[in-house]
Amino acid sequence: MPGVPRRRKVKSNTRLFVVGGLLVALALALLVSPFASSSPDGLQAVAEKQGFADSARASKVDTPLAGYAVSGVDQPRVSSGLSGVIGVLLTFGLGFGLFAALRTFRPDGQQPESPEV
Amino acid sequence: MRPWCITLDSVHVPDGFFNAATSVGAAGVSGATIAVSLRKAGRDLSDRVIPLAGLVSAFVFALQTLNFPVVAGTSGHLLGGALAAVLVGPWVGSLCIAIVLFVQSLVFADGGLSAYGINVLLIAIIPTFTAYGVFRAVRALLPRQKSSVVTATTVAAFLSVPLAAAAFAVLFAIGGSVDIAFGSVLIAMVGTHSLIAIGEALITAAVVSAVVGARPDLVYGASDLKGPLQLRSRPGETALEPCLESPGDGK
Repeated sequence: MPGVPRRRKVKSNTRLFVVGGLLVALALALLVSPFASSSPDGLQAVAEKQGFADSARASKVDTPLAGYAVSGVDQPRVSSGLSGVIGVLLTFGLGFGLFAALRTFRPDGQQPESPEV
Repeated sequence: MRPWCITLDSVHVPDGFFNAATSVGAAGVSGATIAVSLRKAGRDLSDRVIPLAGLVSAFVFALQTLNFPVVAGTSGHLLGGALAAVLVGPWVGSLCIAIVLFVQSLVFADGGLSAYGINVLLIAIIPTFTAYGVFRAVRALLPRQKSSVVTATTVAAFLSVPLAAAAFAVLFAIGGSVDIAFGSVLIAMVGTHSLIAIGEALITAAVVSAVVGARPDLVYGASDLKGPLQLRSRPGETALEPCLESPGDGK
């Protein structure tokens, strides 16, 4: 995750590092993923060649973001890039929230350690 | 990318590939493993690791959307288990990937709901833990330095992909939708995914190398490298003399 300068005062820069990394992830999702290969991925290609691709059923999930496109945004690359941005923010938020909760309510019954900053 | 894949719009196991018993069985194994991860993750989650773990989820999500071509008509994408295991450890790492799969399945309709347990097993658990095992084994053979972290990461990332592909073939032999010879599925899956593994190894090594370069203290797999560099000599070796003390040198 580039863009983060090397510093001596390392620990106070964790926030900067995470923000920098998040910006890189957002840029990849918005700007690069719309131009990613549209060929079937490894599993899908094998399923087609081995003859079990037809057993796949469409997901029952129906959301405005199904299929990595934002419904209502017609330009496919914009739609795909925007869906990626939403996904990056959602996964970050969910991850951050879950791990923060895990630290507060440790399921192994131990007390949280004193904050290490 | 997926918006133009008319067939599935999916990079993960969809509904229908596996029978109900196998899906439920895999969900049981996945659920039990995730429960252990939830318990074990607590001790790895310092205040600094929490945002980093969120970042790992977000980064793996972004990287999984970047399908790269491997051979004609086939693409591959990152699984991310090795990346997560090296950066935040296998317990937190497996949870990071399970979160990605959860969002993909529930929000982006990628990966069937009934196949969630199978996807967690094949993408969040097997690659993450096997990669971590390989990583530790390779690191044990190499000198204790930053470059060894990157080398071990590369090997671990590479091996994790065909291993997950082989696990798919085993599961498909147990409860796949179509009766196909195990060997045939195994060879096809491992063959294709050995090529994808090259991409996995390169991407994972690039990211880990960047993080180890910038912030080695944040890398779980490099935690033994912490602390200021010290000059040490093994018994029997001549200790290095600090240059400043050598008189009359050069000038």
